[in-house]
Amino acid sequence: MSIFSPQPRGPIYQTEAGKTVFGVLAKFANPGALVHGAEAVRDAGYKRWDTHSPFPVHDMEESMGIKGWLLTPLMYIIGGGALTGFLVAGAMQYWITHVDYEMVVQGKPTDAWESFVPVSFELTVLFTAFSTLIGMLALNGLPRHHHPLFTSDAFLKASDDEFFVSIEASDPAFDPEKTRSLLADAGALSIELVEED
Amino acid sequence: MSAINPDKLTADRLAGLAPRAERERPKDPLGDGTLVEDPALDPPLVLGNPSFGDITNMVASYAEKPIGLWWLIVFLTGANLFGLLQVMLIYLITTGVGVWGLNNQVDWAWDITNFVFWIGIGHAGTLISAILCLFKQNWRTAVNRAAEAMTIFAVICAGIFPGVHVGRVWFAWFLFPIPNYNYIWPNFRSPLLWDVFAVSTYATVSALFWYMGMIPDLATFRDRAVKRIREGVANPFKLEPPLWFPAAPMPSLKLPFTADHVRAFIYGFLSLGWRFSGRHWYRYEKAYLILAGISTPLVLSVHSIVSFDFATSQVPGWHTTIFPPYFVAGAVFGGFAMVLFLLIPLRILMRDFSRLVTLRHLELMAKIILVTGTMVGFAYSMEFFIAWYGGNKFELDVFANNRVKPDIFFKDGAPYWWAYWSMIFCNVVTPQVFWFKKMRQNPAVIWVVALFVTIGMWFERFVIIVTSIHRAWLPGEWHMFFPTPVDILTFVGSCGLFLMLFMLFLKFIPVFAMAELKAVLPQASPHYGHSGGHGGGHGDDHGGDSHDAGQSTVIASADADEKELG
Repeated sequence: MSIFSPQPRGPIYQTEAGKTVFGVLAKFANPGALVHGAEAVRDAGYKRWDTHSPFPVHDMEESMGIKGWLLTPLMYIIGGGALTGFLVAGAMQYWITHVDYEMVVQGKPTDAWESFVPVSFELTVLFTAFSTLIGMLALNGLPRHHHPLFTSDAFLKASDDEFFVSIEASDPAFDPEKTRSLLADAGALSIELVEED
Repeated sequence: MSAINPDKLTADRLAGLAPRAERERPKDPLGDGTLVEDPALDPPLVLGNPSFGDITNMVASYAEKPIGLWWLIVFLTGANLFGLLQVMLIYLITTGVGVWGLNNQVDWAWDITNFVFWIGIGHAGTLISAILCLFKQNWRTAVNRAAEAMTIFAVICAGIFPGVHVGRVWFAWFLFPIPNYNYIWPNFRSPLLWDVFAVSTYATVSALFWYMGMIPDLATFRDRAVKRIREGVANPFKLEPPLWFPAAPMPSLKLPFTADHVRAFIYGFLSLGWRFSGRHWYRYEKAYLILAGISTPLVLSVHSIVSFDFATSQVPGWHTTIFPPYFVAGAVFGGFAMVLFLLIPLRILMRDFSRLVTLRHLELMAKIILVTGTMVGFAYSMEFFIAWYGGNKFELDVFANNRVKPDIFFKDGAPYWWAYWSMIFCNVVTPQVFWFKKMRQNPAVIWVVALFVTIGMWFERFVIIVTSIHRAWLPGEWHMFFPTPVDILTFVGSCGLFLMLFMLFLKFIPVFAMAELKAVLPQASPHYGHSGGHGGGHGDDHGGDSHDAGQSTVIASADADEKELG
């Protein structure tokens, strides 16, 4: 979930043991089946849900209905990083060379911008790279120490060769019976209840 | 003329059709089936038609199972040479740069040669990961992780030399614009300072790029360890019995946790809680593409700026405008040679390595060696041409009398002629064997050429640096440079550091980009299995599928069948 667009929450469900339900985890056979499952969940109007696959499945963003808008904050962060790097480099070099420590080198004016180009470029790239990685992780809510899905033994195979859809119980559209049948109809091989711990 | 009923004709023709037999791949005596000449057939990127799970098992087995005695031998060799490097550096720092063969005239020699050599080797990794990523060259997935690792290790080796060559290394922090009590700042008009920024940015961005690509694979390692712990089959800490005596009783440590607990902790820490989410993948892929996009000008800028160290000076032989592109081409050339030099032996030494790095990968890289080697050869000749055509007497003199004319034949000829001609032979002549298909498809030949190129690229930097300054201007300033044992052993030690780091990489880090490899398998396409049809409700534009290897094979053979039919 994007930290910038919190979704409304539905009621809280509890298991018979009194544990809070995180949601359901449905396994799908292959990337094609996962795409179908994702489309079914998207079309049913769910918001707090996700797909899990060992590699990025082609065009999954369309099947999940997240194409475009999910990226906008990331692009602002990266653009901001690039601009910051450029301005920091320019200001630093101008201030050092022209204001604080004027030193005539090769008889050139101390505020000649041409020699500032390489360092400005490098710092722009450096800041862009950091903002790309950190922005991507932050918007993804990472690093994160634990997640309820990790309690599922089956879910460990998502990093290997299996494909999952998870729907959170806090989704306003979540209904224990309807959500289960939706996933079953969409071709889920198995459906598992995941508890918060 | 009786009118032919077209429907009946079609019906007759259709009635006689039978499905065509599977097209035979041409047999290749050397090959592993990937060296296919038919452009309609896309060779497999991974041999043996593996499943997703096979890829995970293959790559994870390097880290989870014994790797072999050779690893220990190479690692210990590297580690010992790294120890030698430390001894040499301590000796240098405690004594002074006089322990090197430098003199008043030749004040840059082995140190900067080694620096440029290592930083050049570092260029292939980012080129493979960034530029080939932008060009959608799917074969990069098998070599990018190792090449990026190599980049970072080479930059680490490179960073040592400018750090220690300043003489009083405890002042090396003056290289960075850090406020200090002397109220002085570095000179931003100096290419040497640009170099500091270029190399440190390059090292940092390469490491970020490498790490970002590795997050999902580290998460895979984490999940495998966690899975074994939960299933109660976690691997305990124990030393493996030696290969030559498998019955040897090896001690087993009694600890409250197992090796898999350590794996789960470390890989879990490094994978940042990655859970393979579709939303995460979406941002991740775009972020990766942006990193590739900014790394592309970065990789071109780094060696350009390194070349400014020379090109902006007034020294004949250095002061040329061709240096930036010439250095970049040379860096790519030397970097790919090092990639091939390291990967070809691993195809023999490591399980399943040759299934992932196929002969096609080697051939494609051999072609890059040929192209960049020829570009470097062009640069050598163009440099020489301009030295003559530019009419600068001193420049021509450097080329003719300091480099080309052997002093064994010409009076006042070049004492370093052997360095120049070694460079020409290794860098320009040997790669030309790759014009022949048999040569560039033979791993042994490629390995030998890669070795020559690596040597040749070292000589190139030596020629540029030493021959230009050892006899400049007045004959009274003429001095020869001879390396001391400290010079030589420092370089050998840096090779050891590189080797040691690379061995650690092979053992502890996912050697292949598993997630990327899985994504280029034929069955990774959502349309795999239902030939070209768009099922369900996702009938939008899916025209971009043709870069998917297996998918395009299916489409290509379907197209070919249609042609035969019509």
